[in-house]
Amino acid sequence: MALTHRSSNLLKPLSAAVLRRTFSTDTITVETSVPFTSHNCSPPPRTVETTPAEMMSFFRDMATMRRMEIAADSLYKAKLIRGFCHLYDGQEAVAIGMEAAITSKDCIITAYRDHCLFLARGGTLVETFAELMGRKDGCSKGKGGSMHFYKKESGFYGGHGIVGAQVPLGCGLAFAQKYSKEEHVTFAMYGDGAANQGQLFEALNMAALWDLPAILVCENNHYGMGTAEWRAAKSYAYYKRGDYVPGLKVDGMDAFAVKQACKFAKEHALKNGPIILEMDTYRYHGHSMSDPGSTYRKRDEVTGVRQERDPLERIRKLILSHDLATEKELKDTEKEIRKEVDEAIAKAKESPMPDPSELFDNVYVKGFGVEVFGADRKEVKSVLP
Amino acid sequence: MLGIVRRRIARGGVNASIVEQSLQKIRNQSLIYASRSYSSASKEMTVRDALNSALDEEMSADPKVFVMGEEVGEYQGAYKITKGLLDKYGPERVVDTPITEAGFAGIGVGAAYHGLRPVVEFMTFNFSMQAIDHIINSAAKSNYMSAGQISVPIVFRGPNGAAAGVGAQHSQCYAAWFGACPGLKVLAPYSSEDARGLLKAAIRDPDPVVFLENELLYGESFPVSAEVLDSSFCLPIGKAKIEREGKDVTITAFSKMVGYALKAAEILAKEGISAEVINLRSIRPLDRSTINASVRKTNRLVTVEEGFPQHGVGAEICASVVEESFEYLDAPVERIAGADVPMPYAANLERMAVPQIEDIVRAAKRACYRSVPLAATA
Repeated sequence: MALTHRSSNLLKPLSAAVLRRTFSTDTITVETSVPFTSHNCSPPPRTVETTPAEMMSFFRDMATMRRMEIAADSLYKAKLIRGFCHLYDGQEAVAIGMEAAITSKDCIITAYRDHCLFLARGGTLVETFAELMGRKDGCSKGKGGSMHFYKKESGFYGGHGIVGAQVPLGCGLAFAQKYSKEEHVTFAMYGDGAANQGQLFEALNMAALWDLPAILVCENNHYGMGTAEWRAAKSYAYYKRGDYVPGLKVDGMDAFAVKQACKFAKEHALKNGPIILEMDTYRYHGHSMSDPGSTYRKRDEVTGVRQERDPLERIRKLILSHDLATEKELKDTEKEIRKEVDEAIAKAKESPMPDPSELFDNVYVKGFGVEVFGADRKEVKSVLP
Repeated sequence: MLGIVRRRIARGGVNASIVEQSLQKIRNQSLIYASRSYSSASKEMTVRDALNSALDEEMSADPKVFVMGEEVGEYQGAYKITKGLLDKYGPERVVDTPITEAGFAGIGVGAAYHGLRPVVEFMTFNFSMQAIDHIINSAAKSNYMSAGQISVPIVFRGPNGAAAGVGAQHSQCYAAWFGACPGLKVLAPYSSEDARGLLKAAIRDPDPVVFLENELLYGESFPVSAEVLDSSFCLPIGKAKIEREGKDVTITAFSKMVGYALKAAEILAKEGISAEVINLRSIRPLDRSTINASVRKTNRLVTVEEGFPQHGVGAEICASVVEESFEYLDAPVERIAGADVPMPYAANLERMAVPQIEDIVRAAKRACYRSVPLAATA
């Protein structure tokens, strides 16, 4: 239980036991990698306030996400994960920076590249691996799979397989927040591929018309599956495509830039309605585990981004330059994380597959005793409670 | 504006059509039955008023209920179903949307995820096809995929099926398509009592409900008892109603076809055939036990629907009866459905594309005169 507790404490400052040191909450000022580019609004400043504790937690959390996704890769190749598996490694800064700027009453909704966002919102490693392997202790009890992770109590609404559908859904969450007079916002995330979907513009129009507290976040990793952005979009300045809706372009590999942008967007959305954030980010893996990711982009490009812009390396350099930890300490943390992830996988493997009787669970909230049937209706049937 | 003009359907067609006349006769018949089926039925109510009052009462009872759709607010509703609601509840709860079904259906589902209880109106269900991904993938499947975390207490309502003279793109019946999907509940009211009771049940239900109304029934009046008029009135989902008891043949129908079936039953009675008419009320869950119990009593079945025959509601009912009550059938199941064509515009062809009362009578007679199963005569 201590293990899961540690895994779910992703956002809290590190405990002393881990690094044998407590980190101060004194303010440190860092500068984002590049200034923000804006559309129809004044951009926020490049200088971001942070603390040593926050910087260390960014490192730890991103390292955990990185390790988790790489482990998922191995599990998929070992055929323990089936179907689709879309990995987020390279994009961790978006999840981490966003989480640092908001509360659990703010909502996040995304598409199928959802493992790390789930973790950022308070999900545990065991829940993640168990769900990926279709086991009972998964966050959706094994019934959802990689693309359908949810954590409603901490404002994470999934986990959606249909490209673009999550954007109107996210605007609906914002609608409900405004209707209930909450002072909270919704981040509806989508990719450069989904950015061309008609329903996105339908939802954006209504969000702007009704001043909904909706923030549309385009995680632009420059490839919609195998199609580069310039082959799919006449204009790939996604932060400008809201037209009358303001936008901000953000270096998505810089967790502090993401944090600053999300903080800015939240303030904006609560006062003025929707805003678009374009996160310039990158995925190291292909679109999914079925895609090697090398037929439509050069290996040099991938290694280049890894060398120049990796979000984890960026934080490591910042921590070292501010003398918050030594290289060895950071490496030890990573080793510890690796061990944690391995233990979570072992625990998830122990979890059984759902009971056959669970096939018919949760079809409805209220079933009225209606009959349902299996493949051979004379053989398998059940009553929905 | 153009969109509204394009989609606004002229009420009732150019002249009083045969359909209108038949409906008039059915209504008169319903009045006669009123004295038998309904106790102390002194009041009449149109289906339109029934729906309006149900919406009003549910909005009053629960502040989370809100209405969203094209022209539901200032226009008072394309078919006046939401008349007066904007004045009473304000623009935050009666939301006029742009003509963007995919967008507003998604927004409705997202609001339901967060705990509100939206009633999303499609001006007709033909336009639901623009939003069908949200109805099925975002609404119907969510509770299952999330193992119970994300429930979707939403109602999608609007006119379904053929109207009069509106052509192929505005006349389809969607009962069979939506009725196939696990996770959805699909209701089809006929009378004002059905309209009130089922809409209230739908709004109170924690699952996504597709509520299929009928434009030609909106203006029809039905007797309503004091019980029906009470604001707590509610009908159970998944239960069919036996509108007329009989012993020779079972006729199942839903929505407007219930009226036709009742009229056919009258004609059959004069010829010595006692028909039992079942108003399905609920397409999903389907009330298989009521249907099968009836067939076990009468031994003959005619299914009636307006929609396309292949993979239709009648096909499912036939399969269910064959599976569960085969030994009780004295004749093959007869299916009356819309014709296998996109709806034509010319009045005579349109008449041929939708079931008429004489079709139901003919099929019932066929079911009754076929007393020996085909196999035995081979």
